[in-house]
Amino acid sequence: MRKETMIELNGLTKHFGPIKAVDGIDLTVAKGECFGLLGRNGAGKSTTIKMLVGLLQPSAGWAKVAGFDLATQSAQVRASIGYVPQSLSVDGVLTGWQNLEIFGQLHCLPAKLLKERIPETLAMLDLEEAAHRPVATYSGGMVRRLEIGQSILHRPAVIMLDEPTVGLDPVSRRSMWDHIRRLQQKEKITLLLTTHYMDEAEELCGRIAIMSKGVIAGLGTAAQLGRKAGMPGADLDKIFAHYSGHQEADHGSIKDVQRSRRLARRLG
Amino acid sequence: MSNAAAASPAASVKPMSPIQRYLWHVLIIVRWETIKLFKDPAEILSRSVQPALWLLIFGQAMGHAHAISIPGGDYLAFLTPGILAQSITFVSIFAGLSVIWEKDMGLLQKILTTPIHRSSLVLGRMLASSQRSLVQLLVILLLATLLRVHMLISPARLAGLVLMTMLGGSFFAGMSMGIAALVKTRERMMGIGQLITMPLFFASSALYPTDIMPGWLKVLATINPMSYLVDGLRGLLIYPDFDRFAPDALALACCSALALIVATKAYPRLLS
Repeated sequence: MRKETMIELNGLTKHFGPIKAVDGIDLTVAKGECFGLLGRNGAGKSTTIKMLVGLLQPSAGWAKVAGFDLATQSAQVRASIGYVPQSLSVDGVLTGWQNLEIFGQLHCLPAKLLKERIPETLAMLDLEEAAHRPVATYSGGMVRRLEIGQSILHRPAVIMLDEPTVGLDPVSRRSMWDHIRRLQQKEKITLLLTTHYMDEAEELCGRIAIMSKGVIAGLGTAAQLGRKAGMPGADLDKIFAHYSGHQEADHGSIKDVQRSRRLARRLG
Repeated sequence: MSNAAAASPAASVKPMSPIQRYLWHVLIIVRWETIKLFKDPAEILSRSVQPALWLLIFGQAMGHAHAISIPGGDYLAFLTPGILAQSITFVSIFAGLSVIWEKDMGLLQKILTTPIHRSSLVLGRMLASSQRSLVQLLVILLLATLLRVHMLISPARLAGLVLMTMLGGSFFAGMSMGIAALVKTRERMMGIGQLITMPLFFASSALYPTDIMPGWLKVLATINPMSYLVDGLRGLLIYPDFDRFAPDALALACCSALALIVATKAYPRLLS
């Protein structure tokens, strides 16, 4: 039986003035897959995800998420997805419980159901003890887990994670990987994540698309990508460099750097 | 589509009509802000210091000097609704700042990827600002009572004050969010906020009657939404007949509706 398609991109394009941030991407992600979008700063990963969650209007092309057309069925798309943005997206004044509650309410979950799901979610993400503490007192890894919690309360068909482990220490990063894997394997949720770490992509994702300058430079499993590049068994970072260009990216802006530094500071 | 139906979380979602859902989302946003308001009451109280200074120092000094002639002659009573309008504006102008703050954090983006309609979010924030403004109303009424300002208080007038205060808070919060979508950065928003509130304040009837203004300023004061707010509040607070209340409230309601539409339309600019 052919696997159902959960995410479908067709010639998806985004221009910012003369800059083509995303330049005609075609892609399909099957149900239950964990798909990785890899690339350097400014390669177009985040822009792609932002279009898929409805935060940016595509300049051309179309996409479907969970069977719904992005352009005409935006409300249905938003009801079927969970989004974990790159930057922090919790309210530090509120407790972990309250942060979850508000997002459940925004997804129109009935109070009774929320009363079951919030503790369930907190338990799943090892946040039970911190549930009634203000989020401002959480560690970086805890905040990230809470953000995942916010995005799974309504049992979405697809979760999109924009650089889920950026700014985390190695231990928190590993634990984050475990949680993400559990979403895919136990909860059977389709995942699309962006990262600039090849090891992370290989650890979590079945298939990977390496983006460079707004286009997909390579697509396949890590092993396939290595073979296609003519360097089977090569170091992952070398494969990544092969597809994404050797020089340091000249299109990652100072804004990106500022943002990731600020984020790292907050998480640390 | 069958696969979508299977994957859709619709089964566990409250059955609601589009209007119900819209209002539900507005309610959640307001409640969210209420929780925050109660977690940090010091913040809202600190915003009461400035109006207190205006009433205590400026009002007393000008009142004693009889520098500005006003109908009835009681300057402090004349000034009180003006200062109330000013603090409503100052409290509400921060709505745009917190929207920019949330955008920089990523929280705004996350909210907008849930099924909430953009204008529910804007309206919710406008009403939340009304709520903050009501705290100012309470503080200033207390202050004025302590200063023995002669005010006319009745249940109908109080209800009118609450409504006027809410309309003023909504409008200035909506305006501020619209501006936030244009200026995009916190630094610029701080600058613009100050740049706007001061002229709005001075070119209104908050401090002096429009009769003593030169012609050009009178024109500005007439088109200034703050004048409607001051005018409405003043009628309710100190004048025996407050027949100007209805047109003033209507004008502010229209301004608020306009601000809601403009801020909602401008929002996507904030994200790009």
